Amino acid sequence: MRINCPLCGTRDRREFTYYGASVYADRPAESAGPEAWDDYLHLRDNPAGETTDLWYHELGCAAWIEVTRNTVTHEISGTRLLTAPEKGGAK
Amino acid sequence: MRIAGKGILDRSRTVGFRFDGRDYTGFEGDTLASALLASDVRLMGRSFKYHRPRGVMTTGSEEPNALVTVGQGARQVPNVRATVQEIHAGLEARGQNAWPSLGFDVLELNEVFSPLLGAGFYYKTFMWPKAFWESLYEPLIRRAAGLGALSKQHNDEAYEKAWAFCDLLVIGSGPAGLMAALTAGRAGADVILAEEDHRMGGRLLMETHEVAGKPGADWAEEALQELASLPNVRLMTRTTVTGAYDGGTFGALERVGLHIANPPADLPRECFWRIVARRAVLASGAHERQIAFSNNDRPGIMTAGAARGYLNRWGVAPGHSITLLCNNDDAHRTARDFIAAGVNVEAVLDVRADAKAEGLPLRPGLRIVDTAGRKGLSAIIVADREGKISRIPTDCLAVSGGWNPALHLTCHMNGRPVWREDIAAFVARPGMVPGLAAAGAANGTFSTQGCLREGQEAAILALSELGMSEKAGAVPQAEDGAVNLRAYWEVPKPKHRAWLDFANDVTTKDVRLAAEENFASVEHMKRYTTQGMAPDQGKNSNIGALAILADATGRGIPETGTTTFRPPYVPVTIAAMGAGGQGAGFAPQRLTTTDKAARDRGAPMIEAGLWYRAAYFPRPGEATWREASDREVTMVRERVGVCDVSTLGKIDIQGRDAGRFLDLVYTNTFSTLKPGRVRYGLMLREDGMVMDDGTTACLAENHYLMTTTTAAAGQVMRHLDFVKQAHCPDWDVRAISVTENWAQFAVAGPLARELLNSLAQTPIDAGTFPFLSCGTLRLMGVEARLFRISFSGEIGYEVAVPARYGAALWRDLVSRAESLGGGAYGMEALNILRIEKGFLTHAEIHGRITAFDVGLQGMVSAKKDCIGKGASQRPGLTGPEREQLVGLKPVQPGALIGAGAHLFDQGAEPISANDKGYVTSACWSPTLQSHLALGFLKDGRARIGSSVRLVDHLRKTDTVCEVVSPVFFDPEGGRARG
Repeated sequence: MRINCPLCGTRDRREFTYYGASVYADRPAESAGPEAWDDYLHLRDNPAGETTDLWYHELGCAAWIEVTRNTVTHEISGTRLLTAPEKGGAK
Repeated sequence: MRIAGKGILDRSRTVGFRFDGRDYTGFEGDTLASALLASDVRLMGRSFKYHRPRGVMTTGSEEPNALVTVGQGARQVPNVRATVQEIHAGLEARGQNAWPSLGFDVLELNEVFSPLLGAGFYYKTFMWPKAFWESLYEPLIRRAAGLGALSKQHNDEAYEKAWAFCDLLVIGSGPAGLMAALTAGRAGADVILAEEDHRMGGRLLMETHEVAGKPGADWAEEALQELASLPNVRLMTRTTVTGAYDGGTFGALERVGLHIANPPADLPRECFWRIVARRAVLASGAHERQIAFSNNDRPGIMTAGAARGYLNRWGVAPGHSITLLCNNDDAHRTARDFIAAGVNVEAVLDVRADAKAEGLPLRPGLRIVDTAGRKGLSAIIVADREGKISRIPTDCLAVSGGWNPALHLTCHMNGRPVWREDIAAFVARPGMVPGLAAAGAANGTFSTQGCLREGQEAAILALSELGMSEKAGAVPQAEDGAVNLRAYWEVPKPKHRAWLDFANDVTTKDVRLAAEENFASVEHMKRYTTQGMAPDQGKNSNIGALAILADATGRGIPETGTTTFRPPYVPVTIAAMGAGGQGAGFAPQRLTTTDKAARDRGAPMIEAGLWYRAAYFPRPGEATWREASDREVTMVRERVGVCDVSTLGKIDIQGRDAGRFLDLVYTNTFSTLKPGRVRYGLMLREDGMVMDDGTTACLAENHYLMTTTTAAAGQVMRHLDFVKQAHCPDWDVRAISVTENWAQFAVAGPLARELLNSLAQTPIDAGTFPFLSCGTLRLMGVEARLFRISFSGEIGYEVAVPARYGAALWRDLVSRAESLGGGAYGMEALNILRIEKGFLTHAEIHGRITAFDVGLQGMVSAKKDCIGKGASQRPGLTGPEREQLVGLKPVQPGALIGAGAHLFDQGAEPISANDKGYVTSACWSPTLQSHLALGFLKDGRARIGSSVRLVDHLRKTDTVCEVVSPVFFDPEGGRARG
C-alpha cells in the first residue's frame, strides 16, 4: 500500500501510522453534551466503499493526513493535509 | 539420457553433485531435475499421502512431484523443486517423505490402506474417542503424510530484503516479456525484467521455433544483450514475483546464493524484494495440464511441453521410447522434436478423432486405460474401439490437456477471471490488478508471434498511460499456429485411481466424493479434498478438478468458478520474508550515552520500550538484585544517587501560542508559568482517560520543554502533532522531539546540591534555585540545563547536557557521588523510591484510569477547555463506583505482596464476582522496612484506614493489608523542598 503524502510524495504505508476515521478531527465543544461526545468518541460508520481515514506520517514529515480510500477496492482516491484550508484548517 | 547435438548447455563444464547418497555429474546450467533425468533417474519423490513413487512432471516452479530436501542440519531446506534447484559442486539433495529410502519406502503401506484414506478420511475415521485425536491419530497421520521436514534448528544463514522502483515491471522473460521490456526500454522507461528461471528466455529456450529467421534462443540472447546495454533496464534472474499488492507494489523472491558452491558467508541465500512499479506486464506464460486416467502418476509421465523442454534446452531425452497423449496440435511438436532428435516415438494418442499429424505415429481409436511399471513407467495399456486391450511399451509418456495461463498474480486483489471456451481455460480481465496487464500465454495467446505482439502492445499501452512516447518497430516474424484444442479432462471410467493434484494425492474419485457429500461449491471441494492446496496452489490441478466437479454437479465450468488465487505464487521462506528480524534484529535498540559505562559496571539491562536501562549497579559481595537495589535506595535517602533519565521523552515547544497550546493539551494551566519555573502536568486522552504525566519547564518566554514518560514519548509526540494540526492549525506553535539530543541525569539525595556544586562553575543554593525552578548551569565549560524536580522525594535535580557530553558527565557525577558515600542507581531503586512516594508510572496510568481515579481531579482546570475534559465529565467516570488509587501495607510487614494480586473484602470469597480492585505496583521498602503496594480499590479513598484482603492466585499468597494513603513516605514533601 502506498500513500501520497502531500508534503513528501508517495511513500510506503510503513512510514505512516493509522488513526481511524477522519471524523475524529472534528472535535465537539466542551459543552456539547454526552450524546455528542459519545458520537464523536465511539460511533463510526463502516462503509463498503469510500471512507476517509487519518494517517500520521510518523517516519516522515509528521503531517496528519486525511486519506480517502475505498474499502472494497483498496483504491486511494485522494489525500490532503489536515491543516489544508478546505479542512477548516489555517485561515 | 543426453542426446548428442541437442540442447543449449555448455557441455564443457561438468558439475558433480549428490542425490540420495549417490554421486552424479551434470553440466553447468542443469537443474537437479534435468541432470537426474540425464542420468536416467526417474524416481525423484514420494507422494504426500500414499507414498507413491513419483518422477518429474514439469520444468518449472509449478512442479508437484520432484520435491527434494537440500542441505544438511540447520541449513536444510525442504520441498525444494528439483526443477528449480541448479546443480553446483557440493550440492547435496535427497528425496523426502520416504523411509529408509526413495527406492524402498516402508510407508508405501499407506497405499494398501488407500481405500480408507480418501477425501475427508480424517473427519470420518478418527472421530472417536475424542481424546485419541491429539494423542494418537494426529501424530500418526502427521508422520505418515506430509512432505519434507524442518530441521528444527536455528539457522544462522544470511537473508536479505530490498526495495526497488520502476516505471514498468515485466514479469517473465519469454517472447512476450522480452518484447515488452525491449519496447519500454528503448523508449527510455525504467524497466525491471524479473525472471524466475536462472536463464532468461522462457519457452524460447525450450522450443525449436524460429524468431526473425533465427533459433528462438539466439533471438532471446540478442534481445538480452540489447537490454543489458540499456542503463534504464534492470535484469533480475532467479527472481519470482510472488504477489501483487495495493498501489503497484509487488513482492518478489530472489534466489541469490542457492546455486553457488561455497558461497561467501555474507552473501544472502535469498532476498525478498518489494518492487514498486507504476505499470506492470504479466508475461508469466502458461502451465500445461495433465489428463486424468488410471495410474497417471508413474515416474516417466510428464507434460508434453516439459518432455520437449528437457530435450531442446538441456539435451536430455526423458525416455528411450516416447509416447504422447494429447488433445491439441501444440503437443504434436513434442513428437516431432523427439523424432528429429533421433529418439523413438512409439505412439501418438490424440483424443480428437479428426486429428491430423503428418509423419507422426498417430494411433486413432486407441484409448489409454492404464499404465504399468512400479517405480517407473514401462508400458501404457490401451483399448481400441471394440474394447480390445493391448500394451504399448514406453518409458516416457508425454501428456498435454492444453495450457492454463499463469494468471495467478492478476487474481491477488480478489479479481475473478473469465472462462474462454476456445482454449478451455480461464483468462484475466483487464484491470483486475490496477496497472497490470497480462500478455502472451499468460493472457491465453499461445503462438510465438502472438506473444511477441501482445508483449509489445502491453508495453505501448503502459508507456502511453505514463505519458512516454515509444518508437516501437515491427514485431519479429515467428510461428503463429492455432491451438486447435478439444477440451478433454479425463478418460472415462478409470479402473484405478486417476490423479488430479499430484502434490496432495487428490484423485478424480475424491472430487466426485466431495460433490456426492454436498461439498459442491468449489471452495468447499478444495478444503474437503485439499486439492490445489499447499505446494500446488492451483497451478497444475486447478482446472482439471473444476472440470470434474462441474461434471459431477451438472454445471458448466464458468458457473462452477475457480478457487481464489492468493499470494505467494511460490513458497517463500519465512527467513527471507522476515530477513533482518532474527535475534537482535527483531526490534531497534535505543542505547543511552551511559550504556557502556553501565554494562562495564556489570549492570543488568532492562528493556523500556526500545530503550535499554540499567536495572541496578551491583557491588562486590552483593549476591542478589535486592541487596543492590536496597543499598541504592538507602544511598539516595541518606547520601546521594545518580540515575540516567535520558530516556524520558523531551519535547521542545516554541511559539507565541505555546502557552495556550499547553493549556489545551494539559488539564492544568501552563500559560501562567513564568520563565525559570517548572510545573507538573497531567494529560488526558480525548476519551477522558489519563494519557501521560510529566513536568514542563518554561525555559524562556514562549519556549517550553515538556517531559513525558519513557513509555509514552512517541504517543505524546503524535498527540501534540494531531492537536496542533487538527484543532489549532493557525496557532503560532511548533513542537519537536529532542529526546536524543540531551543526556539527562537525576541527582537526588540530601547531598545532591553538594555534588552538583563540586562541578559547577557558579554554585547554586536552595534560595536562588528553589524546588520546581529551572535554569542553566555551567559545568566545566559546558552549558547544562538544570531542573529542580524530584521523582524520589529527596532533594532532586535533573541536569541535562548535549548528548555528546553525556558519557563524560556521567563518569564524573558517579565518581564524585561515590566519594560522598553515594553512587549510581538503576531502575529497580528508582521504582522503589517512587512507590514509597506514591508517584505514578504507566503501571498505574494504564489507559483505563481517569484523573479522578488517581486523585488528581483537582488538576482538571474548571477555567478552560482541555483535551479529554468533555469526556472526563461523563457519568460513571467519577464517584464511589470507581476504583481509586490507594496505598496498601500488609498488616504483617514481612508478608509478601505482588503486582497483579486482587483485592477483596475480608470474609468474602476470592472470586471475580467479589473483586474490589487490584495491585499495580509493589516492592520491599528498605526505608520503611515493609512490603508496600499501590493499587486501585473500589471507593478506595473512603476506605483509607480499613483493611482489605489481598489474594494472588498465581503466586498463592493471601494477605491482609491496611488501606493507606498512596504516599507512604514523607507525606508533607518537606524533604524534596529542602
